[in-house]
Amino acid sequence: MIALSDYLVFGAILFMVSMAGIFLNRKNVIVLLMSIELLLLAVNTNFIAFSHYLNDVTGQIFVFFILTVAAAEAAIGLAIIVLVFRNRKSINVDDLGSLKG
Amino acid sequence: MNFVIPSFLPAIPEIALLTLTSIILVADTIWSKRHEFATYYATQFALFIVGMLLLSNFATEQTLTFSGSFVRDSFGDILKLFIILISMGIFMFSREYLLQAKFYRGEFFTLGLFGILGMLVMVSAHNFIILYLGLEIMSLAIYTLVAMRKSNGKALEASLKYFVLGALATGMLLYGISMLYGATATIQFDEMAKVIASGSADDVVLSFGVVFVVIGLAFKLGTVPFHMWVPDVYEGAPTAVTLYMGTAAKIAAFAMLYRVLVEALPGLVADWQALIIIITILSLIVGAVITLVQENLKRLLAYSGIAHIGFLLLGMIAANPGGYSAAMIYVIVYAITALAAFGMIIALARTSSEFDMIADFKGMNKRNSWLALMMLFVMFSMAGIPPFIGFYAKVLVIEEVVQAGFTWLAILAVVTAVISAFYYLRVVKVMYFDEPDDSTPIEPVSRQLKWAVSFISALLLILGLMPSSLITLCYNSLA
Repeated sequence: MIALSDYLVFGAILFMVSMAGIFLNRKNVIVLLMSIELLLLAVNTNFIAFSHYLNDVTGQIFVFFILTVAAAEAAIGLAIIVLVFRNRKSINVDDLGSLKG
Repeated sequence: MNFVIPSFLPAIPEIALLTLTSIILVADTIWSKRHEFATYYATQFALFIVGMLLLSNFATEQTLTFSGSFVRDSFGDILKLFIILISMGIFMFSREYLLQAKFYRGEFFTLGLFGILGMLVMVSAHNFIILYLGLEIMSLAIYTLVAMRKSNGKALEASLKYFVLGALATGMLLYGISMLYGATATIQFDEMAKVIASGSADDVVLSFGVVFVVIGLAFKLGTVPFHMWVPDVYEGAPTAVTLYMGTAAKIAAFAMLYRVLVEALPGLVADWQALIIIITILSLIVGAVITLVQENLKRLLAYSGIAHIGFLLLGMIAANPGGYSAAMIYVIVYAITALAAFGMIIALARTSSEFDMIADFKGMNKRNSWLALMMLFVMFSMAGIPPFIGFYAKVLVIEEVVQAGFTWLAILAVVTAVISAFYYLRVVKVMYFDEPDDSTPIEPVSRQLKWAVSFISALLLILGLMPSSLITLCYNSLA
């Protein structure tokens, strides 16, 4: 029997990996997109684990919504990346520096 | 198991907006070839209908529908009405801007309408799924709007930045929501509040959830230390889209903040209040200080927006209905003022220049004294100088936060307000006392825009002279 905490630790590790992917990544924008997907998967893992251990189906329904929206989000993200690539002939994170916050 | 058909009545405005938007989306492909502005007029008409539907059935008490996941109350209705009114203004300015910038397309209006649909859903959310869906409908529309000008590298970069950080913020928010769900076994706002009040939920998991939810909300609101995207996106995006993000979307973000913190997590006030205090202090200071060195008016408004969000959060810190009402007034006033400020930039922008540098306003008084006066109104209102409405908005939040016992925060807020008065007054000084580089008279792109800018700027003064109706309206909705 796998305990709830194991799933939560797994979710937390996925979350950390995706955070590291977003903030340490200096190469490719596609990797950012992958990290974002990973972040949402960490959330989904949490929801399903809680849903199972609470014997409550709401969490699983939430996951369906997250998965669907994530697909739409990825589509828009890729579309933006395609536009950036057409415009700059590169999708390296380092080449995107004309705006400085 | 029996299935009860839910009452659709409370959601009629949203349903109508969705239907009309879908029709416009399809019809645009046929219209746009023959009648250039058909989509624009249809958009305004759709917003008008939704506004009338809201008014005709104005909520006086709370109604829940769709198994308690959707709420209709006067708080939501007031905010929705302002979102609709401000959006009508946004689209009016946007049309001229798009024509000047030579990328007038019907998609701008349909995407804008979908974004507004997301905002309305967010305002009415009474369950985390609905809140999330509303937030995503709005965000996805805005990501696309920012990237609409496909040949502009700056806009594309802004869009990419906004997309990555926005998705990150949503991820944080969802992670927090999953924790809250795990601790309380519900995603319904009122039930969650009950479970937390009963004390049966795990405290550690709850506070973990609150931290992530607040970080996610802070990202969306654009507060320090999660503000990095705000100035970049404001500057990079076409001014019409900046206008959209800086006004209507801010109202929706405030509604989201209220629904989550006050309706779902009132039992955890101590937790989120401490976090919001830190965010507020940083936002007030950074917003006031960094704005001092900005030369680009859009960037200036972005940083000053951060400071304004700090003021709004003061109302949330007070953590009582009075404080929330003050914050509500603040966000509405800010949205109107920002509409006037960005509207001014759009009215003066030409194909050749964006008119978004402070230096562009040099000697404005000699070039067009009426517009200079209107700009003075906007800047005075932002700085919080009486008798403009911005003054009352600031006074109310400060009063509430003092009454809640945070006098030191109020002092900090006043100090930052004084600092920020410097850069608003600098714009006024540039307009009235500097010699213009080019003294040819300048007129707004169209007479319609001149009237619109004058009307909204004058509204700041009129509301300031008679602030009681707006104040009573907001205080009653939350009493």
